[in-house]
Amino acid sequence: MAAHSAVLSASKIMNPFWVGRLGNTAKVFGTTLIRHRNKTSLTPPPAKYGGRHTVTLIPGDGIGPELLNHVREVFRFTCVPVDFEMVNVNSALETDDDMNNAITAIRRNGVALKGNIETKHTLPASVKSRNNVLRTSLDLYANVMHCQSLPGVQTRHKNIDIVIIRENTEGEYSSLEHESVSGVVESLKIITRNNSIRIADYAFKLARERGRRRVTAVHKANIMKLGDGLFLQCCREVASGYPDITFDSMIVDNTTMQLVSKPQQFDVMVMPNLYGNVVSNVCAGLVGGPGLVPGANYGRDYAVFETATRNTGKSIAEKNIANPTAMLLASCLMLDHLNLNDYASLIRNAVLTTMNETRLHTADLGGQGTTSEVVQSVMRVIQSKGQFTAEL
Amino acid sequence: SPVPCRSASSLALILFRAFLTCPDACVFQMVQDPTQFDVLVMPNLYGDILSDLCAGLIGGLGVTPSGNIGANGVAIFESVHGTAPDIAGMDLANPTALLLSAVMMLRHMGLHDHADKIQTACFDTIRDKKVRLKSLLGGLQYFCSFKSKFQTMKAACL
Repeated sequence: MAAHSAVLSASKIMNPFWVGRLGNTAKVFGTTLIRHRNKTSLTPPPAKYGGRHTVTLIPGDGIGPELLNHVREVFRFTCVPVDFEMVNVNSALETDDDMNNAITAIRRNGVALKGNIETKHTLPASVKSRNNVLRTSLDLYANVMHCQSLPGVQTRHKNIDIVIIRENTEGEYSSLEHESVSGVVESLKIITRNNSIRIADYAFKLARERGRRRVTAVHKANIMKLGDGLFLQCCREVASGYPDITFDSMIVDNTTMQLVSKPQQFDVMVMPNLYGNVVSNVCAGLVGGPGLVPGANYGRDYAVFETATRNTGKSIAEKNIANPTAMLLASCLMLDHLNLNDYASLIRNAVLTTMNETRLHTADLGGQGTTSEVVQSVMRVIQSKGQFTAEL
Repeated sequence: SPVPCRSASSLALILFRAFLTCPDACVFQMVQDPTQFDVLVMPNLYGDILSDLCAGLIGGLGVTPSGNIGANGVAIFESVHGTAPDIAGMDLANPTALLLSAVMMLRHMGLHDHADKIQTACFDTIRDKKVRLKSLLGGLQYFCSFKSKFQTMKAACL
């Protein structure tokens, strides 16, 4: 283990150009070293207590609690070896105790599944967004969202397959604002070389792992010459170490225009925080809406899974009309992360099969189905595969 | 701050909806159903992104007009597409964006009759599939030259 960490630290300091090339010489230290170097995914926490994993569950606000209850229902039914440690966060309080408990629990378990925590605008500006605090405290630097056209969902554009990698900890979300003169607010957007190199490296490694051919950096460097200019420069530097992958860049306004007219041209996209927010929502809209796309936040040591577009859905909470697809698919990403790939594939296939049934589509897809109908259908499909299950 | 917006809207009896203060929720709604939106007001960066997104939804920058309004009625109207040096001087460029920007200018000056005439002629010409120009987003078939499009429009105006 000491040898692993020593070589890993050395590789982080070294020029990215050499990192890929060292992979071959590292074989002499053992195959586990190559796994650390070449994979974007961190080693998941090992199973304990009879092969069962413990995952922190943060229900959040709005539709989060009911959707996560459905996830637990499906997991119980499928006999998935995962136990949930539930930690509630009350968004109405100004104190940080709830958040500290949640962060400690995630540090303990290594993995979490969460709903969105509402950021109340009535609280003073000094109270930061709790979701943001969670991401920065755990240094979950990469937000990964895979937008794919689903066969059962009718959309204007077809054959979309885009992976969006969004820097998750800095940029416009640094929460650094001040009002030196009344009526004039200054907001700081922070772009650092370290974090830009880190996210670009993550993007290229992921592209290589998944056999993707092209990475596009999205920026506004013509206006923010220093900030986005630095980000772009870091992406170019990292790109030079991956000659097998095509790298190009596109300004964010042109990107959104191209996304709504020809989204099939995009493969992997990497970008700073705010543009990632906008672009990921555009892509979610293109494939059928926020109810369909799962998201994952990866750091060096922890991983947190949630819906990609992070909506609280207050207006549809507890009405049994929310689309459970995104949260169920997010739980499948979590199972993949825990190396429980068989369970992940089983639940994922059941969800996608259910999506093909138009009469089960929920309101966001233009249908009349309820959340519980969709979940029941998913469980029926799982049962029909002959898997050992609990009672329906 | 949202307060000035709200008081202005109450004066003008226009429905004001503080739409989820964040551009992310707005954009996926825009992509799924843009018809729910009427007028949008926002700061600079979001405006840059959203205006190009909406331009993409209606056919591209080749058909999108724009205007920049300042104090005391000072205004500059412009198309927001590029200079396209590769097709300059070749009678291939799409005049729609600049023409509709000129229509915006006429409305700003209060010349609504002239504005309506030119706008109607422009829309009729676009609707008439016989005269199509190379769109700045790419894709439309090149059929006739700009001159013939202009002549069609001139005839429609009279």
